[in-house]
Amino acid sequence: MSGWQWRPETMRAIRLVEVREEAADMRTLYFHDEPCSSASPGQYVMLWIPGVDEVPMSISTIGRGGPSSVTVQPVGEATKALCGMREGDKIGLRGPFGKGYEMRGRKPLIVAGGTGIASVTPLAELMVENGLRPTVVMGARSEGLIVFRERLEGLLGEGLVLSTDDGSCGYHGFASDCAGVILDEGEFDAVYTCGPELMMAAVFRKADDRGLPVQASLERYIKCAVGLCASCAIGPYRVCKDGPVFDSAMLKEVLEEFGRRRMDPSGRAVPVDH
Amino acid sequence: MSAPILRRVYDGGAGAVVTKSLGPVPRKGHANPTLIAVEGGVLNAMGLPNPGAEYFVETIRELKASGVPVVASFFGATIDEFREVAALLSEAGADALELNCSCPNVVEEMGMLGADCVNTEAVTAAVKEVARPPVFVKLSPNVTDIAEIARAAERGGADAITATNTLKGMAVDVDLRRPVLTNVTGGLSGPALKPVALRCVWEVAGAVEIPVIGCGGISGWRDAVEYMLCGATAVQVGTAIMIGNLDIYGEVAEGIGRYLKENGFGEVGEIVGLAMEA
Repeated sequence: MSGWQWRPETMRAIRLVEVREEAADMRTLYFHDEPCSSASPGQYVMLWIPGVDEVPMSISTIGRGGPSSVTVQPVGEATKALCGMREGDKIGLRGPFGKGYEMRGRKPLIVAGGTGIASVTPLAELMVENGLRPTVVMGARSEGLIVFRERLEGLLGEGLVLSTDDGSCGYHGFASDCAGVILDEGEFDAVYTCGPELMMAAVFRKADDRGLPVQASLERYIKCAVGLCASCAIGPYRVCKDGPVFDSAMLKEVLEEFGRRRMDPSGRAVPVDH
Repeated sequence: MSAPILRRVYDGGAGAVVTKSLGPVPRKGHANPTLIAVEGGVLNAMGLPNPGAEYFVETIRELKASGVPVVASFFGATIDEFREVAALLSEAGADALELNCSCPNVVEEMGMLGADCVNTEAVTAAVKEVARPPVFVKLSPNVTDIAEIARAAERGGADAITATNTLKGMAVDVDLRRPVLTNVTGGLSGPALKPVALRCVWEVAGAVEIPVIGCGGISGWRDAVEYMLCGATAVQVGTAIMIGNLDIYGEVAEGIGRYLKENGFGEVGEIVGLAMEA
């Protein structure tokens, strides 16, 4: 029974201690929460905006000693409500949940697209702390949509490679194509990716063709976050609990669905379109 | 809920898998939050999300083709809907049907037929007219006298009783000062439910001749044996996988086997209801 007393799956209120404006109308929301301060890179929390919804969000800062954060892009009802929050506002939180990234190899390449950067930034920070020098490809549609640019430049220096679909900054083209070029130039031994699923599927193929192990953070419709309801199932796995980070072996088991189809809230298959 | 994930549960050591409840049309379920941990368990108000029974037929066929025994749980808003869905799932080849007339989270929308004897008997009888495989009737603990409802299901022709569904409860947050679940109330499962569901199994087993399937807070073999001693011939495990992994199904089955051997029993039937004879 001891395992059934207070658990991270319990809902608690958190107070926002800072709201920082990022590029592209995004906001980083900072809060103090002890379980989050010992989270692993790649884990996520469920944020409850009372009266609106409860949604999964990657932890974008693991606040060992200081506040933790999530970084939100206003796309749906819940994320728009989160972006309208101010310092002092209270919301609900469960987590952290799921299996994050495992640090492997000595020469890592990280490929992030759009808000995917939120999930891999704590990973890059942990790598640097451990004496590794990761290369990070940060992809966005255009220069104005590049998030965490200063934070990553400070951390990585030359290791940060920018890529924009419209060529307004850095490599001109998709982040996955940029990653292909970089893979040919450097001696990498592990690849990590988070972002739009079609980008991740392309990154996986390029890395796998070169025999490199991949870890990709997948996104599905998460309701319970604890492995019970299976609304987020892909193949034999639950994204909420067996993931969200999938390694190459797991990705190969779900190739029929990865980059192709997902389940809608009722459990019907629909195409993956981005 | 796809075939591969249910297949994985079966490979984890379950004797059969019970699907999420299937209805006549696709349902998204309630808005989040739909599940939280509470003292000693979990409170959920998923709101019966499902892709619709017709859509799920293919999943059942896929599971059957790979040798997985399937219990198809189902519901409807009316007796006619229950009958219609039961016919579809029978046709799909389900090994058994579990009639869910006891979900505590959709009462406002579709009531709870399992709350009274007349409706329970009527819905069971209607489903039995069309169902080919055995029909388990899953009962609610949120009733005054569960034995009376179980007898009604038996009169309607039920082949077994599943006891129980979740216990209706709620949670409130003191900082946000509002109920946590969007649905306000939800169903309690996990260890906190066990003493209540165990008592229900005891009362049902004493009231009917048909087999009883125990469920509620089973997290290990010892819990399963308790249910069997109180009259259950089989058990279901759900909430425990929040903390453990899917191997729990095999662990429960192996643990029951060890218990039988160490205590000199030959097969599991010998311990069913043993505590009732004490």
